[in-house]
Amino acid sequence: MSDRLAVRKTCKLYLGGAFPRSESGRTYQVHDAKGHFLANAAWASRKDARDAVVAARSAFGTWSGATAYNRGQVLYRVAEVMEGRAAQFAEEVAAGEGLSTAKARAAVDAAIDRWVWYAGWTDKLAAVLGSTNPVAGSYFGFSMPEPTGVVAVLAPQRSSLLGLVSVLAPVLAGGNTAVVVSSKDRPLPAITLGEVLATSDVPGGVVNLLTGDAAEIGPWLAEHADVDAIDLAGAPTQLAMELERSAAGTIKRVLRAGPEEPDWAGDPGLSRLRPFLETKSVWHPIGL
Amino acid sequence: MTSLFEYAPAPESRSIVDIRPSYGLFIDGEFDEGTGTPLKTVNPATEEVLAEVATGSTEDVDRAVRAARRAFTRVWGPMRPADRGKYLFRIARLLQERAREFAVLETLDNGKPIRESRDVDVPLAAAHFFYHAGWADKLEHAGLGPAPRPLGVAGQVIPWNFPLLMLAWKVAPALATGNTVVLKPAETTPLTALLFAEVCRQADLPAGVVNIVTGAGETGRAVVSHPDVDKVAFTGSTEVGRSIARAVAGTDKRLTLELGGKAANIVFDDAPIDQAVEGIVRGIFFNQGHVCCAGSRLLVQESVHDEVVAALQRRIGTLRVGDPMDKNTDLGAINSAEQLARIRELVAAGDDEGARRWQPEGELPDRGYWFKPTVFTDVSPAQRIARDEVFGPVLSVMTFRTPDEAVAKANNTTYGLSAGIWSEKGSRILSVTSKLRAGVVWANTFNEFDPTSPFGGYKQSGYGREGGRQGLAAYLKGDD
Repeated sequence: MSDRLAVRKTCKLYLGGAFPRSESGRTYQVHDAKGHFLANAAWASRKDARDAVVAARSAFGTWSGATAYNRGQVLYRVAEVMEGRAAQFAEEVAAGEGLSTAKARAAVDAAIDRWVWYAGWTDKLAAVLGSTNPVAGSYFGFSMPEPTGVVAVLAPQRSSLLGLVSVLAPVLAGGNTAVVVSSKDRPLPAITLGEVLATSDVPGGVVNLLTGDAAEIGPWLAEHADVDAIDLAGAPTQLAMELERSAAGTIKRVLRAGPEEPDWAGDPGLSRLRPFLETKSVWHPIGL
Repeated sequence: MTSLFEYAPAPESRSIVDIRPSYGLFIDGEFDEGTGTPLKTVNPATEEVLAEVATGSTEDVDRAVRAARRAFTRVWGPMRPADRGKYLFRIARLLQERAREFAVLETLDNGKPIRESRDVDVPLAAAHFFYHAGWADKLEHAGLGPAPRPLGVAGQVIPWNFPLLMLAWKVAPALATGNTVVLKPAETTPLTALLFAEVCRQADLPAGVVNIVTGAGETGRAVVSHPDVDKVAFTGSTEVGRSIARAVAGTDKRLTLELGGKAANIVFDDAPIDQAVEGIVRGIFFNQGHVCCAGSRLLVQESVHDEVVAALQRRIGTLRVGDPMDKNTDLGAINSAEQLARIRELVAAGDDEGARRWQPEGELPDRGYWFKPTVFTDVSPAQRIARDEVFGPVLSVMTFRTPDEAVAKANNTTYGLSAGIWSEKGSRILSVTSKLRAGVVWANTFNEFDPTSPFGGYKQSGYGREGGRQGLAAYLKGDD
């Protein structure tokens, strides 16, 4: 053991590619599963959420306009960078979720592998979900998936890293940009993930990570006119219903959550990609 | 109205249809009177009452849902998929056999020109059944996993602008995927749905697989909020779409919405002007502009604005407005007094807000609901006629200078159903197409539809698709 005094990290938001504190100046205490103090996290406000939506909207053109190959490489890069910080993630997951080191490490490995899995999807979606349409007329018709836009993601409350990556990666793979509200009580892996994203060629604003309370920020995101979709994974049942009702005001796409948080280790299939993809059908005459 | 050409009247005979004085609900394979207060359906071209139609009460809707559930559990769900497909093929053929009857009835009840009901609505409705019939025994190839399962009972509410066609868009995919249906037609256009009920009987479709409950908004609310409905599909206004999305919030019901639009039709300076003008006319005056994907905002590159507008006005001068039953009619009647009032209100707003209104010379019939084809120029993006869906034959013209400006203006709307682009340059078409936030983009054409081509909106034009392989997902539970 060294007698060196550790340099502790100030936990901040990840917003528009930068690491600001909450504009509100608020923080809250984060404890481990046994109740010991871990850190003071930034307590994001509704203003932070609005700023995050602006950042996500600004980044949408770049990210959705990138080639699918490029997006795939960027998401793969996230996995590469995470791999190098796996021990730090494992420590945070173990502390926050009360897992053994081995189980925490397994969750981190699964989270890294999930990025790899979605990285490989980016340039398959058009082939799997798109079509050429043999219309009964002299037209060439085709349909292609396109990203929905800005997606608000309420990350799972229990699975602080694997759950978070499982809901965020599909949103990005489809070409959307995201405003994420982390697990309230277990935000540290989200904070570290922000640092990974910032150094993984993910353009600033594509992912905005807010630590804080989904019950406080969620309603603002659900009714925000410039948010196109919302993933309710981390919202408890009553809140989820209220947010879905509120999201109806702007015809948002809503991905509902079940009453229980799922086992995130399972194969997700396309279940989290489809809800955040639109289909565009194009017609052009055929003729000389 | 005066026109370049004189035409002798060429009315289609209505003798092929036999409209009964009153119609009942179609529940569990039988017609009955229902327990609501009957409503009258009117020919909007003459204001003649065509028939009295039963109104479904909450109890009637409940009976229909129970019938649909029974049919789902006992008959339609367990049926061999190939046999389900055969029933749909039968229905497609019956629609073709009785096409003239459906076309005449549609035109009488809706007010749309017989040329359109005959050449578009009815053939496309038959095509939708034929297309989906073939899917019934191939669903494991639809990309939803090896064994996709139906959802159960679908509650479907459809609008008055394409009564039979919207029925087909809803019923055909629902049945092909093994679901059963409770459908509520629009209040002002119930007759072709009730004739469709007869087709179901002629096809020997098992009782309860399709139930048709006529009525107004109250009946529709009962359908979408019934606790034993597994899936809600709605086409109509964004306002009603919002209330339906609120009503299903917190339930397990699946929802698809096809809502309003305010489509941009973008004309670049290299476009073939005469073709573009035909496309503009088709875009906004097809079906009197009662089209959610109508090209109601014309964006013209500044350098060709005057030329396009002059050619457009010349062409509009040759359009024939009048008797929908006349085979030469281009624009028929506005569907209802209520819709006519809405159009008048928005056109008055255009006048008040300083846009320049142009309408062709000519008289409109004395009786019935009519509105002249209307073009507003000098429109600014903040005006109501540039933002609100008119759902009538009213075009708002704006200009742009660069492709980026065209895209920005086209996307400057809360809607995102469709868009059009006119240019001879392929790379420009593909570039602009990829930037338009709209579910359907017509390049050098407009208002084309096909069952193989998924249709539906971005943004507040709704979610979910109808048609194509993609449309099946709305009615199936997959493994993903």
